[in-house]
Amino acid sequence: MDEKFDAIVIGAGPSGNAAAYTMAKAGLKVLQIERGEYPGSKNVQGAILYSKALEEIIPDFRDDAPLERHIIEQQMWVLDDESYVGSTYRSAEFNKEPYNRYTIIRAQFDKWFSKRVQEAGALLVCETTVTNLIMDRNRVIGVQTDREGGSVYADVVILADGVNSLLAKKAGFHAELEPGDVALAVKEIHFLPEETIQSRFNIAEGEGVVIEMAGKITQGMMGTGFLYTNKDSLTIGVGCMLSDFKQQKTTPYMLLEQMKAHPAIKPLLAGGEMKEYTAHLIPEGGYKAMPQLYGEGWMIVGDAGMFVNAVHREGSNLAMTTGRYAAETVIDLLQKKLPTTAANLAFYQARLEDSFVMKDLKKYKRMPEIFHKNNQFFTTYPELVNRAAHTMLTVDGVDKKTKERQIRKSFKQRRSLFGLMGDAFKMWRAFE
Amino acid sequence: MTPVKVEEKLFQNRYRVDAGRPHINIINPTTCQVECKTQECTICCPAGCYTAEGNGQVVLITDGCLECGTCRIICGTYRNVDWEYPRGGYGILFKFG
Repeated sequence: MDEKFDAIVIGAGPSGNAAAYTMAKAGLKVLQIERGEYPGSKNVQGAILYSKALEEIIPDFRDDAPLERHIIEQQMWVLDDESYVGSTYRSAEFNKEPYNRYTIIRAQFDKWFSKRVQEAGALLVCETTVTNLIMDRNRVIGVQTDREGGSVYADVVILADGVNSLLAKKAGFHAELEPGDVALAVKEIHFLPEETIQSRFNIAEGEGVVIEMAGKITQGMMGTGFLYTNKDSLTIGVGCMLSDFKQQKTTPYMLLEQMKAHPAIKPLLAGGEMKEYTAHLIPEGGYKAMPQLYGEGWMIVGDAGMFVNAVHREGSNLAMTTGRYAAETVIDLLQKKLPTTAANLAFYQARLEDSFVMKDLKKYKRMPEIFHKNNQFFTTYPELVNRAAHTMLTVDGVDKKTKERQIRKSFKQRRSLFGLMGDAFKMWRAFE
Repeated sequence: MTPVKVEEKLFQNRYRVDAGRPHINIINPTTCQVECKTQECTICCPAGCYTAEGNGQVVLITDGCLECGTCRIICGTYRNVDWEYPRGGYGILFKFG
């Protein structure tokens, strides 16, 4: 394999596939290295696919991509131990093509994406783990793999190796992740007949529902739960900051098990057959925790670069977009016969700054620390809101004005007037 | 609630175990046994790979590892976890992901 390529892409997830596809399509000589048996076999996501980011790369993806259901309804639940207060948005607009969002199953989707990458001309090597970057002084000139004689060289190496980002760490490009920078999510997939899912969620063939959840299910930790409808399966999971798991000494699968036993969730899963249990870290440190994204002969894309918008549950779209920008940067340089120096690869950063990627990440840069220091948003408020709903909805001979007074009093008792005002201000700061 | 066994969950997963070549190792077992009082790895690993023994030892069996990275990041005080990806093709192989 002692061969020289224009570019080496490490990893065949959404960011790596987007990068490899874009460069191969432009005629570059691209090598992509994946450690799994097949692309997708090491990858984990909820998973929701946002059409826009993929459309920019493969406009006709709907023709043959393995898509589960398009989303027509989004629910948001705030849970107490026995109850939830929820909001629902459902629209016939979401039933008009082209659809905006889909549930997907990543092992199948990544395999499909990878097929397109190979058709575009990239060389894919699976079952191969990259062990180190090969450096010439401070410049990345290739990669070392765990195959015999497995050193390969390229003008540029794109690190799409996921949240753990071991290679950049070994090379000293960034430090180890902190427990406060990542969320640990665990999930299961439960299979049910297609018709059962449709009647249970009040949807027709091809239509899907997303339920996002916050409150007592995270047991005081900063995090959320989710339930997605696939074609003939449901995905249910919960993710919380790793620092909270560590501090509270919570066992992740126990958390998931308790969430599944919630009286509002259990009947949705009833009769299903669990066929896989997964765990994955999500880089949720936001803008302030982002590493250096490029250097002499290298760039970082996707989860490895902490490209996740935790507030809006966006990740794979940022992964694909960053992969594409990195690729376009390389294409530009090679066409102009310019070297892939850090000074030239800085155009990657410029593209990011100019786009929704960095604009959104900057907008929410205060969010992680505000929620970190204020767990009342995940404990006290869900409880208060649920009790308030219970008070108002229980017909028991108490007049409504008295009930309102009771509710106001319960809020003030738990948080004090200044506490409530402070929380309102913090929420505004987090999302402003 | 009846306690849940993680083994029952992991049983549903597909693995190709690299027998005799664990991809994660505890660097210095004495550190876990003597210095680390909290041993969060034995609680927070989502695959239950770390077990606290009665004598304070921590035993690591990586066969059910989901390759998430939790143990490495959580061991921030001692940095006592040597964590690599398995050799190409080995380890967890997600059917659905």
